[in-house]
Amino acid sequence: MANVIRRQTPAARLFRGLLYGVLILAALFYILPLVVMLMTSVKPLSEISAGSLLSFPQNPTLAPWTKAWGEACTGMRCDGVGGYFWNSFAIVIPAVLISTTIGALNGYALTKWRFKGSELVFALMLFGCFIPFQVVLLPMAQTLGWLGISSSRAGLILVHVVFGIAFTTLFFRNFYVGIPNELVSAAKLDGAGFFRIFWRILLPVSAPIIVVSVIWQFTQIWNDFLFGVAFSAHNTQPVTVALNNLVNTSTGVREYNVDMAAAMIAALPTLVVYVLAGKYFVRGLTAGSVKG
Amino acid sequence: MRDSLPMKNTSATPLEAGAKRSTPSGGLQAWLPRLVLAPSVAISLFFVYGFMLWTFVLSLTSSRMLPSYDFVGFGQYSRLMANERWWVASTNLMIFGVLFVVICLVIGSLLAILLDQKIRQEGALRTIYLYPMALSFIVTGVVWKWLLNPQLGIQAMVQSWGFESFRFDWITDPDMAIYTLVIAAVWQASGFVMALFLAGLRGIDDSIVKAAQLDGASLPRIYWRVVMPCLRPVVFSAVMILAHIAIKSFDLVVALTGGGPGYATDLPATFMYAHAFTRAQIGLGSASAMLMLGGVLAILIPYLYSELRSRKHG
Repeated sequence: MANVIRRQTPAARLFRGLLYGVLILAALFYILPLVVMLMTSVKPLSEISAGSLLSFPQNPTLAPWTKAWGEACTGMRCDGVGGYFWNSFAIVIPAVLISTTIGALNGYALTKWRFKGSELVFALMLFGCFIPFQVVLLPMAQTLGWLGISSSRAGLILVHVVFGIAFTTLFFRNFYVGIPNELVSAAKLDGAGFFRIFWRILLPVSAPIIVVSVIWQFTQIWNDFLFGVAFSAHNTQPVTVALNNLVNTSTGVREYNVDMAAAMIAALPTLVVYVLAGKYFVRGLTAGSVKG
Repeated sequence: MRDSLPMKNTSATPLEAGAKRSTPSGGLQAWLPRLVLAPSVAISLFFVYGFMLWTFVLSLTSSRMLPSYDFVGFGQYSRLMANERWWVASTNLMIFGVLFVVICLVIGSLLAILLDQKIRQEGALRTIYLYPMALSFIVTGVVWKWLLNPQLGIQAMVQSWGFESFRFDWITDPDMAIYTLVIAAVWQASGFVMALFLAGLRGIDDSIVKAAQLDGASLPRIYWRVVMPCLRPVVFSAVMILAHIAIKSFDLVVALTGGGPGYATDLPATFMYAHAFTRAQIGLGSASAMLMLGGVLAILIPYLYSELRSRKHG
């Protein structure tokens, strides 16, 4: 209502106009790279060298996409990023499920079954959120070798679970702290056990935090590059590594349209998740900064 | 820690079970939470703390292609200090880190304040500002490499509009290339800062702002003197998270500049990877990883300290 009154004065109208102007300019700054990427990915090469970044595609073609998916060279091999796209899924899905399950049980045990030292256990695990991963790369490489899973998908799944549970535990712990203890205490008096209470009381109300945790882990692991490049071989690379190889393979003419199509392919899953569940994505991002 | 000593635990169990007046299976029930947590604790002790120690040990050795345990004291650290490329990487991190954090804070807080003025389509704008955060830094790097390409990117586009003398070839200029990293990283992360600030703004009690308005304070003044002080915790955590992203930045450099031209845009994270994995300098790489850890701890410890203190007081 204050707005209605304010809008009548010319100064306030000018102010509103400027406000929207700045906001729309900012929106262009964020959206244009995506628009350029998308438009470049459907232009033939001739149009790219003749036109400019923002010129609209005259003869749109999906050829760059099919090439990026199935034929483009990533390093020594020329079979596109399609296989690596599925590799990423094969790594991400188990890693997300396992780390979320462990995080949920940890968070539950840390909040509803407190024991002497449980806060210390939490602090100990939380530190894993903060370390620069460079500090674990070399020992990890050797350990994966000993376990016989170096350069395998199983190895990458293990790595992502190990360094993901700090985050998932944090999410669930902070969520379960807010669930009243009375129900749990009552169930304990009735003789219900650890898993039964979790299954019947905590899990039914956990849907929001499960979504947050799954989305966070999904984007983190899908977007990972460091572990992917350090611990994978030709046939187990995630799509981020394949994309980087594709862009840096220097044989023949640079096909910028294929590069952009490949980048779109690598970006699509997390973009879809963001568009469908942006609210939960933001919650995951801010969870680290909200005090538990 | 003392809790995990077996002696201590055996004496604690009957006591706790007794206190809960539990059924015969009470012993197991009292142990279950710890059993559930045990694997995670073990994982964290081994893969986080153990590996940190292991890397430290490696940093004291002369390891090259393969880890060897021939100790040379802090020799690798003095080699690192004498290494020109390491200094370039560290200086770059300072430039990149400071600019990235400051610009993200300025853009993020500004956008949040503007968005907080009862804007139509606020949800759509928010979605647009924040989506880059969902992308991989590799995708961001690939896109910006294309935009910054002098022959076909922004420079060529503006020149084709008639501004023939327009130059924007930072990515090929060793002195300017580091700033292209800042541009791309700000593009990716500033929307996130906006989201943090917006959440903070929405949490502020309206009556404080109304009171200031009644006192006749102007809008910018209200934001600077009344609202911003309330958002100090938000600024603090935003700085923490951004600084953390900056120190860990690896993918963006690899995809956007490849550390080049030459090694003009190397950061400690790429320096470490290059030496440990491609240049057969495991000892030196480990030493650089330890210094990165030191950097993270240097910003983390004051943060945790103030968090714990504020929790005690309030």
